[in-house]
Amino acid sequence: MTATHHDSSHQEFPAHFEPPHGSTWKAFFGPGLIRGAWMAVAGFGIGALLVMALRAWWGWDPLWITEVILVVGGMVLAPLGFLAGIGSFDYWLHYISGRPTEPEDHSGHGARTWKDYFRVNTDHKVIGIQYLVTTFVFFTIGGLMAMFFRAELAQPGLQFVDSQTFYGLVSVHATLMIFLFIIPAFAGLANFAVPLMLGAPDMAFPRLNALSFWLLPIAGLMFVASFLAPGGAFGAGWTGYAPLAEGQPLGQTFFNMGVQWAGASSIMTALNFLVTIITMRAPGMTFWRMPLLVWANFTTSLLVVLATPFIAGSQFFVMFDRIMHTSFFVPEGGGYVLGYQHIFWFYSHPAVYIMMLPGFGIVSEVISSMSRKPIFGYRLMALSLLGILVLGFSVWAHHMFVAGMADWLRVPMMITTLLIAIPTGIKVFSWIATLWRGRIHLTTPMLFALGFVTMFVIGGLSGIYLGSVPIDIAASDTYFIVAHIHYVLFGGSVFTIFAGVYYWFPKMTGRMYSETLGKWHFWLTFVSFNATFFPMHYVGLRGMPRRVFDYEEAFGDLNLFISIASFVLGASFVLFVYNMIVSWQRGPIAEANPWHARTLEWQVSSPPPIFNFDEIPQVVGGPYEYGVPGARHAILNPGKEAQREAEEVHA
Amino acid sequence: MRKGIVQLVAIGVVIGVAVTLVAVLFQWLPESASEEFDRIQDLYWFATWMSVVIFAVVAAVVVFSVWKWRVPSDDDSEGPPIHGHTGLEIAWTAIPAILVIALGIVSAVVMSENGNAKANALQVTAIGQQFAWRFEYPDQGDFQTGELVLPVGQQAQFTMEAVDVIHSFWVPNFGQKMDAVPGIETTILVTPKRTGEFAVICTELCGLGHATMRAKARVVTQAEFDAWIEEQRA
Repeated sequence: MTATHHDSSHQEFPAHFEPPHGSTWKAFFGPGLIRGAWMAVAGFGIGALLVMALRAWWGWDPLWITEVILVVGGMVLAPLGFLAGIGSFDYWLHYISGRPTEPEDHSGHGARTWKDYFRVNTDHKVIGIQYLVTTFVFFTIGGLMAMFFRAELAQPGLQFVDSQTFYGLVSVHATLMIFLFIIPAFAGLANFAVPLMLGAPDMAFPRLNALSFWLLPIAGLMFVASFLAPGGAFGAGWTGYAPLAEGQPLGQTFFNMGVQWAGASSIMTALNFLVTIITMRAPGMTFWRMPLLVWANFTTSLLVVLATPFIAGSQFFVMFDRIMHTSFFVPEGGGYVLGYQHIFWFYSHPAVYIMMLPGFGIVSEVISSMSRKPIFGYRLMALSLLGILVLGFSVWAHHMFVAGMADWLRVPMMITTLLIAIPTGIKVFSWIATLWRGRIHLTTPMLFALGFVTMFVIGGLSGIYLGSVPIDIAASDTYFIVAHIHYVLFGGSVFTIFAGVYYWFPKMTGRMYSETLGKWHFWLTFVSFNATFFPMHYVGLRGMPRRVFDYEEAFGDLNLFISIASFVLGASFVLFVYNMIVSWQRGPIAEANPWHARTLEWQVSSPPPIFNFDEIPQVVGGPYEYGVPGARHAILNPGKEAQREAEEVHA
Repeated sequence: MRKGIVQLVAIGVVIGVAVTLVAVLFQWLPESASEEFDRIQDLYWFATWMSVVIFAVVAAVVVFSVWKWRVPSDDDSEGPPIHGHTGLEIAWTAIPAILVIALGIVSAVVMSENGNAKANALQVTAIGQQFAWRFEYPDQGDFQTGELVLPVGQQAQFTMEAVDVIHSFWVPNFGQKMDAVPGIETTILVTPKRTGEFAVICTELCGLGHATMRAKARVVTQAEFDAWIEEQRA
C-alpha cells in the first residue's frame, strides 16, 4: 500500500473521519445511526411484507399475525437492517462485491470525540469502553426493576403492581443482569485489557469485535421493550421453563429472540478471544507467562463457544412450539417437558462459570498488584481454571434434583458438583496466601477484591448445601436459592466487575478516580449487600418460596428489612456513577502505572497509544515477579533496546 | 512469627465463635415433622460445621493479613518472592476433597434411606393444576380432596401429576419436595412423625396465581384418618 493511496483514500471517504455538516446525502446514506434507523424500519417492512406475501400465496387468513411478523420483521430483519445501516458489514460487503477495500484505513480506530463511541469502531479499547458503559446502563435499569419489586415485596399481598407486571419485573431483572450486565461487562473489561496484556496491537478480528458489541444493545432493547407488548413482559422467569413459557403472552417471544442476539454476541467475542490468545501473543509470551486474566478469559471463551449454542437451541425450540406448532416440549404432541431443562441447564450451568471465571482473573491481577507479591501457586491457579471448565460441563442436572429426572443421575451429578469445590478452594486459598506477608495497599479495587473473596466463600459454601441432594430437596426453589445466587453473582461477579473497573479506570481514561468516594462506595455496598441477601437464607429455609408476590405474614418484618436494605444498596451505586463521571471529566491525571503492576498494559501510557505499542514487546519472564531482583516481564521496545546496547558496546 | 500465628488463631476463633452464634441462636430450619426431614437436618448440621470452619479460616487470614501487612500508599517496597509451597498446595487440595467426598457419601446414604419405599406405604396421588392442589387416595376409594390428610407414623408415597404446567409440591416441615411434571409421573416419600397442621406450597413458578397455590396438610392419628376416609367415601 503506497502512501499516495493512503492519502487519497482519506479524500475519497471523508465521511469516515469527520462527517461534513450540511452534507445531507452523507448523513442519510453514509454509515451511522441515521442510516441504522431507516434501514431498521426498512428491515421490519421487508419482513412484514414477506410474511404477508407468503400467507397470501398459500391462501391463509388473516394476513397479519403479530407474533410471526414480530419475529421475522422486528426481531430478525430490523436488527440486521440496523447493523447494516451503522456500517457493521461495509468492509465485508465491499470485499464480497469486489469493490476496493481499505486495509490501511484506520479511521475506525481510536476515539477523538465522544461521538466516536456511537459508531462502529474497531479499536478494542474503544469497544471495551462501549461495552462497559452499555452494560452499566442496563445494570441501572435492572437494578431499578429490583428495587421496584422489592417495594412490592416489603409487605405481603399486592400493593403496587399486578401479578403479570411483578413476574415481568422479576424475569427481566434477572435476564438483564445476566445477559446484559455480568457476561458482557466481563467481555468489556477483557476487550480492553487482554490485547494489551498479550502485547498485541488489537484483537485478532477487529471488525468482528465491533459487530459483537453492536449485537448487545439490540438484545437489551428487546428485553426492555417486552414491557410494551400486549399482555406485558415475559413472566416465566429468566429460566423460561416450558410448558409455562409456551403459554405466555407475546412478551415471551422477546426473551426467546433477545437471547439469540446476546448469545451470538458472546459466541463471536469468545471466538475472537480464543484466536487472539492463541495467535497474537507477543514473542516470548508462552502460556505459562500469561497473566491470569488472560488464562481466565481463555477458559471462559471455551465455555462460551461450547455451551451457548444450547441455550440458543432451547429458546428456538420454545419459539417454534409457540409459533410453528412443533411440539418439542408439548407432552400431548409427544414432546418431553424435562428435555427443556436438560438443554437449558447444559448452557446455564456453565454460564455460572462464564459469569465467574473472568472475575477470578480480575481478582488475581488486583490481589497480586496490590500486595506487591507474586501470585501464590500460579500454575495451579491456571490449572484449576481448566479443572472448573471440564467439571463445569458435568454438573448441569444439579439444577434438576427435584425436577423428576432419572433417579440414577442424582448421585453422579452430586459428586461432580461437590468436586468443583476443590479447584475453587485452591483459588481461594491461593489468593489469601498471596496476601500473606505482602505489602498490602488497601485501595478501592483491593477492597472489592477482598470483599469478593469473603462473600464468594459464603456463596460457595451455600452451594455445598445445595450440592447435597437431600438438603437441596428441602432448600430448592426457595429464597435460599435467591440468597445463594446473589452471593455468587453479586458478592462474587459484581464485586469483581467493580474491582476491575476501578483497577483499569486510570488506564482507560488517563485520570484517577476519587479514592475516598470509592471506599465509601465499597463499604456501603458491602454492608447493604449483606443486609439484603443474608436474611434471604433464613426466610427461604423457613418456608418462603421464590418468585412469589405474596407470602405468609410471619415473613413480613424480615422482608421489610430486606427491602429497605436493597434501597440502600441501590443508593450506594449512585456514588459509583458520580465518581466515574466526575473523575473521567476532571480527575487528576493518572500516571502510566499507578499500581506498580508488572503486566504489559501498565508499561504503556494512560490511556495507551492508538496501536498500544510502538514495537511488539519481547516477553522475557513471568507476569508477577515482585521481589525478584532484576526480574522483568517484558522488554517494551526490543529493537530500540538492542540498538542502544549495540551503541553502548561501540562507545 | 510465633506471636503472629497466635494472633491469627485468636482472630480465627473470634470469627468462628461469632459465626457459630449466628448458626445456633436463630432457628434456621422449620421444626421437623417427618423422619425424612430429621435425616436431612443431620446433614444440614454436617454442612454447617464444615462451613463455619472454612469461613473462619479464610476470613481470619484476610483480616489478619490486612491488619498486619497494610502499608501506606507511598510505600514502594515489594513483598517477598514466594511463588508457592507444594506441601500447602497439596494440603488445600486434599482436605477439601476429603470433606466434600465425606459429605457426598453421607448425602448418598440419606438419599437412599429417604427413598426407601415400603411395601405397605399409603399411596397418595397429588395433582397440580393452576392454581390448586388435589389429592387422591387410590387404595382407599374413588374420591378427591383439596386437603391433604396423612396418618402419623405411616409412610406415604406420593405420585405427582400435573395437568397444565410444572408445579412443585413442598411441605416445609416435611423437608420433602418434588415437581409435578406434565407427561410424566414423579414420586416422593414422606413419613410424618407428629400430628399437626402444615402448609402445602407450590414452589415452581406456574403462572400468575403461583403465589396463592397453597393447600392444607393435616397429620392425624390412624383412627382419625380411618374415620376421615369413611367420611370421604360417603
